[in-house]
Amino acid sequence: MSISIRDLPLEEYVLLGNAACPGCPASIGLRMLGKALEGKFILVVPACCTSIIQGPYPKSAIKVPVLNIAFAASAATASGIRAGFEALGKKDVQVVVWAGDGGTADIGIQALSGAAERNENIIYICYDNEAYMNTGIQRSSATPYGAWTTTTWRGKTEFKKNVPLIMAAHRVPYVATASIAYPLDFIAKVRKAAKINGFKYIHLHAPCPTGWRFPSDKTIEVGRLAVLTGMWVLYEIENGVFRLTGVSKSLLDKSKRKPIEDYLKLQGRFSKISDEQIDLLKRHVDELWMEYKHLMESG
Amino acid sequence: MVKLIIPVSKPEEGAAGLTGIWRSFKPIIDQEKCKHCLMCWLYCPEGAIERIGEDKLTVKINYDYCKGCGICADICPFKAITMVREE
Amino acid sequence: MGVSKVLTGNYAVANAVKLAKVQVVAAYPITPQTTIVEKIAQFVENGELNAKYIRVESEHSAMAACIGASATGARAFTATSSHGLMYMSEVVWWAGLGKFPMVMAVVTRALAPPWSIWSEHNDVLAHRDCGWIIFFAEDNQEVLDLTIQSFRISEDEKVLQPVMVTLDAFILSHTATPVSIPNQSDVDGYLPPPGSRRLPFILDPANPLTHGNLAYPRNFMEFRYEIERSMGNARRIIVEAGREYGKITGRYYDSLIEPYRCSDADAVLICMGSSAGDAKDAVDILRDEGYNIGAVKLRTIRPFPYEELRDICRNKRIIGVVDRDYSFGFGGIMHGEIKSALSDLHIPVQGFIAGLGGRDIRVEDFIQMGRKLYHIIESGVGEFPPIWINLRREVFR
Repeated sequence: MSISIRDLPLEEYVLLGNAACPGCPASIGLRMLGKALEGKFILVVPACCTSIIQGPYPKSAIKVPVLNIAFAASAATASGIRAGFEALGKKDVQVVVWAGDGGTADIGIQALSGAAERNENIIYICYDNEAYMNTGIQRSSATPYGAWTTTTWRGKTEFKKNVPLIMAAHRVPYVATASIAYPLDFIAKVRKAAKINGFKYIHLHAPCPTGWRFPSDKTIEVGRLAVLTGMWVLYEIENGVFRLTGVSKSLLDKSKRKPIEDYLKLQGRFSKISDEQIDLLKRHVDELWMEYKHLMESG
Repeated sequence: MVKLIIPVSKPEEGAAGLTGIWRSFKPIIDQEKCKHCLMCWLYCPEGAIERIGEDKLTVKINYDYCKGCGICADICPFKAITMVREE
Repeated sequence: MGVSKVLTGNYAVANAVKLAKVQVVAAYPITPQTTIVEKIAQFVENGELNAKYIRVESEHSAMAACIGASATGARAFTATSSHGLMYMSEVVWWAGLGKFPMVMAVVTRALAPPWSIWSEHNDVLAHRDCGWIIFFAEDNQEVLDLTIQSFRISEDEKVLQPVMVTLDAFILSHTATPVSIPNQSDVDGYLPPPGSRRLPFILDPANPLTHGNLAYPRNFMEFRYEIERSMGNARRIIVEAGREYGKITGRYYDSLIEPYRCSDADAVLICMGSSAGDAKDAVDILRDEGYNIGAVKLRTIRPFPYEELRDICRNKRIIGVVDRDYSFGFGGIMHGEIKSALSDLHIPVQGFIAGLGGRDIRVEDFIQMGRKLYHIIESGVGEFPPIWINLRREVFR
């Protein structure tokens, strides 16, 4: 079921004059989330860029109920909200976590894993800008290999943690990846998740101009190249069945993918990456695709 | 009813002020070139592109809040938006 | 008036939670708290308590889940102890500072290393400043009674702060004594209907509010002052809740402290938690020996029973404070607090450190402390730092 731009609601749930940086991918993602669910949800936000994007008291730039919570606590807090509503007989309220990669892949992974294992009826969305951007671009476990951050001046020496597959290993009913560069694919996944009972995890790739060192007008272009080079893969795993989605469907064949360099050269964070490092990164990407191919075939 | 001073905020436009003043480049839409594909509206991180007219297919930039990121100009398939340096 | 049952302190908590018709329980095990959440799990699975029971993966998540539940207006409860409390600490603060009504039972237990599962009050006192109302219970009856009252206090619109009921490890948590359990219908009439609370704010898709976004310095202090106002109101609401509770149970709790034989006393020993009973026994014995002594049990430490203590201590010749806790490089935590509260009364306040890591504080220890107070009156010389009771000094030789 494809969605067209014209079908999207006009109503905005991220209000004008918020505190996001120009070209912010989190804003794009939040806007699309609001439209996907037409504002009918509760948002749980741990420490992340969105803590700031909301703007300062007594105003808020977000037009759905928001509960801000401590860094590691979002999945558990959402579990409590869900339980509270159910105890009160309000069973139709969507509870959505909106957390960054630090709050998901690092400090929040324990609560996330717990909520997934309990199959809590919530949607957990990680908007992944691949570092601790709100505190000033420190490396997270979701930072890719070779990327400069303010705690990896010579480039990160480890590969990106594959959180969606970790979540899939919990055998939750729905796991998906998405990109802010492909909003309609993201919206379709959010809407699908909203109809599924149990734990839903969506990992949203979110290229950050501030942290990745590219001009603010290139957010979408960088996001698209991440997918077109195969560095980021769009897929969903519904009840254990793996399926590539969107443009990624045609990229299983390596020859169809753009060279990874096209993606890297747009970003200042990779400006000092060596050819050897690029080779390692390429091999890593190929291995990931092999893994996805295997998942497709076994699914 | 008790009056409580609690850290609870209400949704309101301009939570961080008139963010249009952040802008150093200003997007200008050439309505002649615009094909109403709405890509700029879709991708604008701010929601600062309004859809006006009876069919809501004409796009107009809200300069009070547009931060001038330039995504709309970069993404426009018809090159109908150009970024012009602010005076 | 209800029925009497022989219950451990932990089961007294569980029974209170059932009577309060708690709607969301988030639970993670830790000795010696575990039998609280085990019993509640049984109540829920038997259908005796209609609650959502979240078996979280950590204490941090237990408190976070309670915050989420409280934000919907549901009645929430958790229990923990010692390291569990320290691990959830960040979100304990969040609950207090965010004004999320709920009740938590804390079984007091020493922190490691070395491992210890026995009572000490440092775990609770590390959370003195985070906007929670904190009760110390003396016996299992008080554990049950205070837990029930806590829901009413927490949800009172003049308070709207979370409440901690603390009970000492094993001495209360695992020791069974007769406990009078009130009737369900009486408790139903005493507490507001669960889930009826609309304040301080409720997550509601029809009313999109944001809780806890950034506040600049020009707005921030007022939030803190509001919590202090709530604590001030709580002094009155706690007494009111205790009196009303007396009407359904015959057990009246009409003060933040419980004085014992203080009116004509020259010396007063102040303590909290399970050792209060032994302190009272010691007072009786010392009285027989001719000492004019009394005892005060602190029922709450937050709000601090400032006026009550000053009223009792005024005109005394000496005050002794027994701390089952220690602030390294300072002394007893409550000793410091009480000394400051009484500073302008110019009464000597002697500190005693006792019972750390569950070491017994016996009646005879309180007798020694009482005699020491008289010795100080006579000699005019107190001791600082505080006196460590039953410290095995020989191991330092």
